[in-house]
Amino acid sequence: MIRALERKLLRDLVGLKSQAAAIAVVIGAGVMVLIIMVSTLDAVRVSMQRFYDSHQFADVFADLKRAPEGVAERMRTIPGINQLETRIRAPVRLEVPGFDDPVRGVLISVPDGRQPDINRLYLRSGSLPAPGRSDQVLIAEPFSEAHRLEAGDRLRVIINGRLETLMISGVALSPEFVYQIGPADLLPDYERFAVMWMNRRTLGHAFGMDGAFNSVVATLQSGAAVEPVIDALDALLAPYGGVGAHPREDLTSHRFIMQRIETQEVMAVVLPVIFLGVSAFLLNVLLGRIIRIQRQQVAVLKAFGYSNRQIALHYGQLTGAIVIIGTLLGIGFGAWASRGLAGVYAEYFRFPDMVLTVQPREIVLSFLVAVAAAALGTWRAVRSAVSLPPAEAMRPPAPERFTRGWLEASVLGRVLDQPTRIILRNLNRHRFKAAMSVLGIGLSAGLLLTGSYQFNAVDHMLDVQYRLVQKADVHLTFTDPSPERAAAELRHTPGAHYVEVYRSVPVRLRKGHSHYRTAILGLDANPKLRGVLDAEHRDLKLPPSGLVLTDYLAELLGLSPGDEVEVEVMEGRRQTIQAEVAAVVDDPIGVSAYMERQALNRIMREGPAISGAWLLTDRSRDGELFEHLWDVPRVASIGLISDAERNIRGYIEDTVLLMMGIMLLLAGSIAFAVVYNNARITFAERARELATLRVLGFSRSEVAWILIGETLLIVLVAIPLGWLIGTGFAWLLNQAMTMDLMRVPFLITPGTYAFAAAGVLLAAALSTLLIVRRLQKLDMISALKTVE
Amino acid sequence: MSSAKPTPKVVFSARDLTKVYLMGEVEIHALRGVDLDLYAGELTVMLGASGSGKSTLLNILGGLDSATAGSVRYGEQDLVAASDSVLTRFRRDHVGFVFQFYNLISSLTARENVAIVTEISRDPMTPEEALELVGLQDRMDHFPSQLSGGEQQRVAIARAVAKRPAVLLCDEPTGALDSKTGVRVLEVIEHINRELATTTAVITHNVIIADMADRVIQLSDGRVSDIHSNTHRKAAAELSW
Repeated sequence: MIRALERKLLRDLVGLKSQAAAIAVVIGAGVMVLIIMVSTLDAVRVSMQRFYDSHQFADVFADLKRAPEGVAERMRTIPGINQLETRIRAPVRLEVPGFDDPVRGVLISVPDGRQPDINRLYLRSGSLPAPGRSDQVLIAEPFSEAHRLEAGDRLRVIINGRLETLMISGVALSPEFVYQIGPADLLPDYERFAVMWMNRRTLGHAFGMDGAFNSVVATLQSGAAVEPVIDALDALLAPYGGVGAHPREDLTSHRFIMQRIETQEVMAVVLPVIFLGVSAFLLNVLLGRIIRIQRQQVAVLKAFGYSNRQIALHYGQLTGAIVIIGTLLGIGFGAWASRGLAGVYAEYFRFPDMVLTVQPREIVLSFLVAVAAAALGTWRAVRSAVSLPPAEAMRPPAPERFTRGWLEASVLGRVLDQPTRIILRNLNRHRFKAAMSVLGIGLSAGLLLTGSYQFNAVDHMLDVQYRLVQKADVHLTFTDPSPERAAAELRHTPGAHYVEVYRSVPVRLRKGHSHYRTAILGLDANPKLRGVLDAEHRDLKLPPSGLVLTDYLAELLGLSPGDEVEVEVMEGRRQTIQAEVAAVVDDPIGVSAYMERQALNRIMREGPAISGAWLLTDRSRDGELFEHLWDVPRVASIGLISDAERNIRGYIEDTVLLMMGIMLLLAGSIAFAVVYNNARITFAERARELATLRVLGFSRSEVAWILIGETLLIVLVAIPLGWLIGTGFAWLLNQAMTMDLMRVPFLITPGTYAFAAAGVLLAAALSTLLIVRRLQKLDMISALKTVE
Repeated sequence: MSSAKPTPKVVFSARDLTKVYLMGEVEIHALRGVDLDLYAGELTVMLGASGSGKSTLLNILGGLDSATAGSVRYGEQDLVAASDSVLTRFRRDHVGFVFQFYNLISSLTARENVAIVTEISRDPMTPEEALELVGLQDRMDHFPSQLSGGEQQRVAIARAVAKRPAVLLCDEPTGALDSKTGVRVLEVIEHINRELATTTAVITHNVIIADMADRVIQLSDGRVSDIHSNTHRKAAAELSW
């Protein structure tokens, strides 16, 4: 008995293949998003943890001017410290053969001829600098890749103003530089920023640090609190120009990874919930309607003596098969897309290897969600189908009850033709079903909007950043705070049209228990090359005193204009002062605090010192300009803003937009699946009426109108709803994506709304086309013979 | 063929009509060379058992289906070679259909079910006139769900005749109705045939209905097995089964 039913199951599946495929796509999309989000999240988390654990990643970091090696012993006695290592960090400039742009770097010492105890290096190729060799250097992998450098190649490095030619001994990765970014940069630039390691003795000699150190790393005993250790280190190092010890959490590399993980954690919940939720809903509606169409078959089976349980099981198997196909599709494509996305992350987060696995947990979870959604849809439909007495299906169909809607009571009602009346009354009669269709299509329109809004929002953000905020061509930083007259020298640099200087002071801002390490940027009251923008993106005139904060930072610290904030200066005399928040500004990228430059000099109790400058230049004379600037000893770095812009746009294309692209593709397939299924089911429900009309002399196109008109009407109502839903989804996503690096503005352009609408309309047009093709094959005779 | 009547204007003329269709992998010979004429204004009843080919014949005459071989002419028009749009036009302008299961559009009232045809016809009567013709002037604004089976079939007849078709084709019009209601429906068909002189063909397996016909065509196994004229045409009201 069951075997015949199983055959029916297979044939039903084949007969419903396009609808089943569309439903499987909807499930697959939801599962895929879950798999992508969770497995890439796991990949970053697991890879990070493995690298940190196996390479003794430090818990605490401290930089200082210079201290004799003897201080190390005193630091080791601080309670809570497990291991502590001193080292030398030296900013350097490099010349790479065949590359004209300025390259900056940082050289870090390793104990002569051996691995450091803390922040051990992962050797990708070659070896550590040989003991006793003073001309060998180990370089970081991304820099070696960017310039195709390998062990045995030579580099020219300017350490402390002296040019040295060094030989590369090997290529390595460090847990300290998983996310490798130059000081003052927003994003990695592997061509123009290098991390290198050298024997301690050699570097000490070259950097004037024999028997001394300027950097400390330490690990903590398990369970030890980090704050007291930091306080003790700060106290010990203050006389030696310490700029404040900080925990791992404040290390740029680690912070970026953690932010990425946190963002991903939120997205890993928000996106799959949205997608699987939509899938579950659609599944419920679509399966329900498919089964309702088979009511007669259910009655016949019952008449033959099949029990309700057997019938329920039969349909359970039908939906189960679809769910399994969908889940498998989702897992397959999800794993494939995760690999792509993990590859992108691997470009930015340099772990020895990216450990990507799809965990059984995720598979089981997504399968359960899909099964639950399907079960719900199936159960409701099967229950209503089996509750029908078998005899009822054998009789000619009782006409459905209709009434005139309010629309027809109006004047409009008189001018409607009968086909339009059919459309309106059908929708009115099946209000719940129509509402579900509208909601389903609205959801898919919402997903389309969610997937696409970032394209415009990100573009807008970058336009603001690089047209209104960063207006210079070149950005210079000095090794130390310099007197203002340094600016005058710069003005005479060949190719420099305009020079604007700034002061930048590293600080820790503190309000209550919240604190944040950043820099106060001291600018001219009306800066020309560095815009500080108000909420309407107009240039803000800096007040003569008081701090101006990025809104994100103000919110983080719970500050608003008029509040006092504690400013702990991490440079020079390291004074702590109280400052008033004068204004809050809208910066999309970075987390900055601003002050009028002289006001900043005043609180630093210094003369008109500057930390760097922005230049407008004659780009055709770049070579000449760089050559000249290289000879200015105090210049620590030269950055090209256009490179930075190119970098950041590339980064966004790689990560954010890739993710959004995947989402868009999924949203598009869902939109199509929903509209197609909807039209298909409507067709099945109406086949008899449509055939009757054909017999009565209606042409194909006139009959098609009844189908198209209904789909179109539903789609037109669904679009505004979709806009509303999509705006909500986008807002959720936007909240989830807010982080230090950048805050994509919550901006949905009319173009984005139009895009979402166009996507659904396109899906509707395609589905209609497919349905109209079926209409060509509509068999007038059999439709008249068969009872619905 | 046998024609004692004086004005035998031929409306439909079928010659050697053959229809073969595939039911799965089986070839069904539904019609095996039918020769037939239908005359203007007459009421023909086509009798036959299930599978005798009567419905296939009606469908081909009505432009719903095409023949495999042979010819069908409607006046001067060849229906076998006609395209879909020509057949659509033919149905729209000349043919009225009545179905076993009425096939009313459940979302439209009686009046609107008739209007759906009058809206696309060249010279229709008003829906009200058509409904009056079938005795449903009081039920015009009722939805199909508010009408009895017989009433629904009368609406279907009103819908079929409202365009003033030259031909009225009825496929088992009483098949889903009880005897009393069936007679009432046949009365309406008879009335239309008489009043409007509409050429009418009724297919049925109910032999009793044959008594109301001018001519009775018997089909079996895809062939015309007998044609005879009733010398005395019984009124529908006299029928019962």
